[in-house]
Amino acid sequence: MVAVPAHESAPLVTKAQVKALNFYYGDFQALKSLDMPVYEKQVTALIGPSGCGKSTFLRCFNRMHDLYPGNRYEGEIRLYPDNVNVLAPGVDPIEVRMRISMVFQKPNPFPKSIYENAAYGLRVRGESRRVTLNEKVEEALRNAALWDEVKDRMDEPAFNLSGGQQQRLCIARALATDPEILLFDEPTSALDPIATASIEELIHDLKNKVTILIVTHNMQQAARVSDYTAYMYLGELIEYGVTDEIFIKPKKKQTEDYITGRFG
Amino acid sequence: MAYAKNLEEIRALVASHKRWDLVFACVGVLALMIGVLTFVALFADMAIKGVPRLDWDFFTNFPSRRAGQAGILTAWVGSCLVMLTTAFFAVPLGVAAGLYLEEYAPKNWVTDIIEINVTNLAGVPSIVYGLLALGLFVYQFGFGQSILSAGLTLALLILPVVIVATREAIRSIPQGIREGAYALGATQWQVCKDHIVPYSSAGILTGVIIGMARAIGETAPIITIGALTFIAFLPPSPVKAAPPFVSFEWLTSPFTVMPIQMFNWTSRPEAAFLVNAAAAGFVLVLMTLAMNGLAIYIRYRLRKTIKW
Repeated sequence: MVAVPAHESAPLVTKAQVKALNFYYGDFQALKSLDMPVYEKQVTALIGPSGCGKSTFLRCFNRMHDLYPGNRYEGEIRLYPDNVNVLAPGVDPIEVRMRISMVFQKPNPFPKSIYENAAYGLRVRGESRRVTLNEKVEEALRNAALWDEVKDRMDEPAFNLSGGQQQRLCIARALATDPEILLFDEPTSALDPIATASIEELIHDLKNKVTILIVTHNMQQAARVSDYTAYMYLGELIEYGVTDEIFIKPKKKQTEDYITGRFG
Repeated sequence: MAYAKNLEEIRALVASHKRWDLVFACVGVLALMIGVLTFVALFADMAIKGVPRLDWDFFTNFPSRRAGQAGILTAWVGSCLVMLTTAFFAVPLGVAAGLYLEEYAPKNWVTDIIEINVTNLAGVPSIVYGLLALGLFVYQFGFGQSILSAGLTLALLILPVVIVATREAIRSIPQGIREGAYALGATQWQVCKDHIVPYSSAGILTGVIIGMARAIGETAPIITIGALTFIAFLPPSPVKAAPPFVSFEWLTSPFTVMPIQMFNWTSRPEAAFLVNAAAAGFVLVLMTLAMNGLAIYIRYRLRKTIKW
């Protein structure tokens, strides 16, 4: 993996700030008073054992939980520079999802053409000018490192692509609308090692363009792709810090146990 | 040797157990044959009696008092027009209801009760729909004994089938597809219009055709609302030579349909009319089988194009 991107010397800007976030599935409290910053154009990884709430936390950022009844948020996730609390009841989840895109665990392209998959976010925004669509689709596919593989077969169904290509198409779909934050929910857990490597490389390249938050099961992956890491356990944020520090000299015994594989 | 003796015993045991396999296989085949052979026998009997009667004139002649000249023109035209009307009303209503129940309706006890009732509606005897239609469409709304009344009645009859088929087709769409669309900022309506309806359309179409195949053979509700058993003219043509080229006069026209034409002929004493009835029945069964075949073909195509 290429090290030390040029912007690392640039000052850190807070893109989002999580403040006293509680989340409930019905009566069950899945997240317990989380506080954490997300820095602009940095990769922040969420790690922890299964069921620790990392995916639940991620899905708060784009209000995915609003799709299902009985879910409740408390606290804030403030988005900067405009200082909007995305969890506020008065904020429409659709508005939030237009600003914060998501890539899922299992590649989930629509059963449409490759082109229409990449263009769907733009279509949702009412874009119908062919020139703009073509331009944005190409840009997104290039950014997702998929353009060269699909440029001659844009009208083919997306299902004809391999798993890794489908996931990159989903990344392109999420990128096409220039999101402020890109959420990745274990994006490589359904992929083989080669496809995983290409997605990781892609995430590394993308952080020059977009703020990234990634949930991963795989600690090596977190160490490889992220600048900041948050370790969660049973709905609580145990430790948050610069990735290298978390992995080399964690402050908490619990984090150390998990990272060294003594637990989890 | 003790071992050999045991082996023989095991073989005898297995053989005696296997006898039950054979017994059940025979019972199963017999049970299957009762259903299949009955249909084949009925169909063959009808075909043997009716097929020699089938010729071009049979399809293009009006009914007649003379069996040899009687045809099924009014019946098949009536059946087609009634089916058209049925589909026109049942498809949008059924799809909208199914879509609402699956995608929009809150999951609470009211929705549960509605769901149970929709399923129960599919089991209501068709004559009950006929009586309802007689009171509501024929008299209350004043549609009379018309194609419109018949189409609406059969639409009501197959509505539960269409709703259930729509819901099943929608349910087979993985949740990941919905989440993917919502995550891009789509509204509920955009998700339905761009994803849910297009991806479930083949399943819906299959359900609609199966419903129509049931409706085309329905006799009781059509008799109840007063289809004519003898009609020597066609409804006004839906297509006109002069502008505006389409006409909906046919909706209010009296009519007959295939099963009623058959019913009429079978109740005649002359043997020649029974031959006519067999021929009409043969045509009706072919129409139904063709519709079911189409449904199977669409389902097969769907499985080939969209695999989740």
